[in-house]
Amino acid sequence: MSEKRLLLGDEAVALGALYAGLSGVYAYPGTPSTEITEYIQQSPFARERGVRSRWCTNEKTAMEAALGMSYAGKRALVCMKHVGMNVCADAFVNAAVTGVKGGLVVLAADDPSMHSSQNEQDSRFYGKFALVPVLEPSSQQEAYDMMADAFALSESLKLPVLMRLVTRLAHSRAAVAVGEPLAQNALDPDSERSHWVLLPGNAKRQYASLVAKQPEIAAMAEKSGFNRMEIRRSSRRMTEEGGHEGGVMSGGDRTSLGIIACGIAYNYVRESAPQGLPLLKLSQYPLPAKQIRELAAHCSRILVVEDGQPFVEEQVRALLGADYPVCGRLTGDLPRTGELTPDCVAAALGVPCGPAFAPARNLAPRPPQLCQGCGHRDVYTALNQVAAEYPDARIFGDIGCYTLGALPPFRAIDSCVDMGASITMAKGAADAGVYPAIAVIGDSTFTHSGMTGLLDAVNDGSDITVIISDNLTTAMTGGQDSAGTHKFEAICLALGVEREHLHVVVPLPANMPEITRILREEINYHGVSVIIPQRECMQTLGRKLRQKKQQ
Amino acid sequence: MKIDIKLSGVGGQGILSIATVIGEAATAAGLQLKQAEVHGMSQRGGDVQSDLRLSTDTISSDLIPLGQADLIISMEPMEALRYLPYLAPAGAVVTASRPFVNIPNYPEEAALLAELDALPHVVRLDIDTLAREKGLPKSANMILLGMAAPSLPLLQPAQLRDAIARVFARKGDAVVNANLEAFDLGFEHAKSVSQ
Repeated sequence: MSEKRLLLGDEAVALGALYAGLSGVYAYPGTPSTEITEYIQQSPFARERGVRSRWCTNEKTAMEAALGMSYAGKRALVCMKHVGMNVCADAFVNAAVTGVKGGLVVLAADDPSMHSSQNEQDSRFYGKFALVPVLEPSSQQEAYDMMADAFALSESLKLPVLMRLVTRLAHSRAAVAVGEPLAQNALDPDSERSHWVLLPGNAKRQYASLVAKQPEIAAMAEKSGFNRMEIRRSSRRMTEEGGHEGGVMSGGDRTSLGIIACGIAYNYVRESAPQGLPLLKLSQYPLPAKQIRELAAHCSRILVVEDGQPFVEEQVRALLGADYPVCGRLTGDLPRTGELTPDCVAAALGVPCGPAFAPARNLAPRPPQLCQGCGHRDVYTALNQVAAEYPDARIFGDIGCYTLGALPPFRAIDSCVDMGASITMAKGAADAGVYPAIAVIGDSTFTHSGMTGLLDAVNDGSDITVIISDNLTTAMTGGQDSAGTHKFEAICLALGVEREHLHVVVPLPANMPEITRILREEINYHGVSVIIPQRECMQTLGRKLRQKKQQ
Repeated sequence: MKIDIKLSGVGGQGILSIATVIGEAATAAGLQLKQAEVHGMSQRGGDVQSDLRLSTDTISSDLIPLGQADLIISMEPMEALRYLPYLAPAGAVVTASRPFVNIPNYPEEAALLAELDALPHVVRLDIDTLAREKGLPKSANMILLGMAAPSLPLLQPAQLRDAIARVFARKGDAVVNANLEAFDLGFEHAKSVSQ
């Protein structure tokens, strides 16, 4: 019995994992991956099964906890946005060396075009780097179907499996045929200490065994149902219909263009590719070299269409040699940066496309902005007022809603790099002589990656002023629970911040004299100070009030 | 047969509810559907848009190609204009006409509306004022959906009304009825201007 549900790509992943017998999801919120974990948190089926789903402090704690669940024999899922892979990379790469017991799927949602990110790194490189299989669904249905396969693959290879989504699949809805749920794994902790204790003696053996598995992993990609050669009937050139098993591929006339379409790129190619264009759909890596050679033998030129970086294009070039024309993002046939669109793919295929109407004349950009009434606004108002008194002041920002403080009307921050970098960059700049060096970090970002940097600053007696702008939630991704709520004073004191240089204030216009006075005093103190402006996010507050009203 | 719709507005105006209702109606009618949404930062007072594709056949791309949208449905007039390069030559624009001004460099209103009115197929209405006057302040988006209904050949108005009833059912009868009334207001307006 197959039932159809309208699901976001993220939700298809979540349901696919639940129905594949998932026992726990571990994640830190990050666009475009957040809805996977939220779906599981809200699923009655997950509750019935006792699936563990609370938010984690960061992607590294998530990855390690999931590895622990896998060690205990159960199926676990880790979800994050692409840059989360950088945070959990230590655990991820070494999980390939220990191997896994229960199926372990790591889901990275990439954000080409940086709709809500600071870079567009391509997570498939991490899979190749760690020597594990990578899956890249092309549709919501495939995202759902792949989860059961991914867990089975992980358990049969005893390796983590990486699944990569992109924004346009994660945040696009389509009907998905849903199957029957599988049972969860029983508790069955691994006893092979020699696999799990990565002392050099063991690690050398484990790494050699990981390398020895590579031909098997490649063979699995070669016969994967998610990779598919498609030759569509063409009235002119190909008179017989058939796949690559038939005579068409071997007897091709080598005059045609061949396409390799990876993940979601397949949809854009299907949108506009002319009938009969030989096409290799790729959704499982490592590259199926045999199929690529077959395609190359049939065609005279290959266009690689992939979202993100030229991961496949570079490998296909290496595989086919310098004389074989391979085009894509490296050759300029497709744009080198930004997400694929049906338009740029059509252009690369030589299919006429483009707008009928010119862009409007009466148009202005409308960037996102901090909500009216948001406490971050009061923080920046106070900061700008005080910083104006110190011409050399530098304000180091961080990742969250408050990054919008970089835009007008505030234009308040000088940097925003990665989770937690506000505190540590302020510290390094202070070490170099910048004064005043001020860090602005949100509550959730502070527990994610700011605490260790604050400890460095305390140990060094750095001359920095840290503002932990606490809105009691992970606001930018939609108001998920924040790991440190109600614990910030205790955390700062425990890290060694002095009581008299730790302040909690309520960011409201009425309190501006108090906030600016404290800011001035703490800038004038030549050591570590922490000021915690604390007021609930307007969005979560409004949601709670509405829920109350409904009850 | 297919219909490609660009939905647009400013974060918080309720374009995703319009998408949800059309999606619900399309699914019940057995149509294929893909709907790409924007989540994350752009919800905060920034421009938001969603690509909604309905078809009797398989839909490939989640995104609508340039020059192929049959319909732009917008909660805000400048946000309707933003997606003109996506509009098909014979495409229609159904939009709220009252500007939502939260930026310092918002274009001059008369020029903006004149540019809008110069397009071949436009239905526009001050839905915010109408919604307030009729005591339906939270249903302006359903007025807009009603205005778009005559431009949705794959779906009958009755199917959209049924979808509204299902989508808002958990919020109670009062909300359902307000949204149905709003839908009817928009539908009547669109019919009256097309005659």
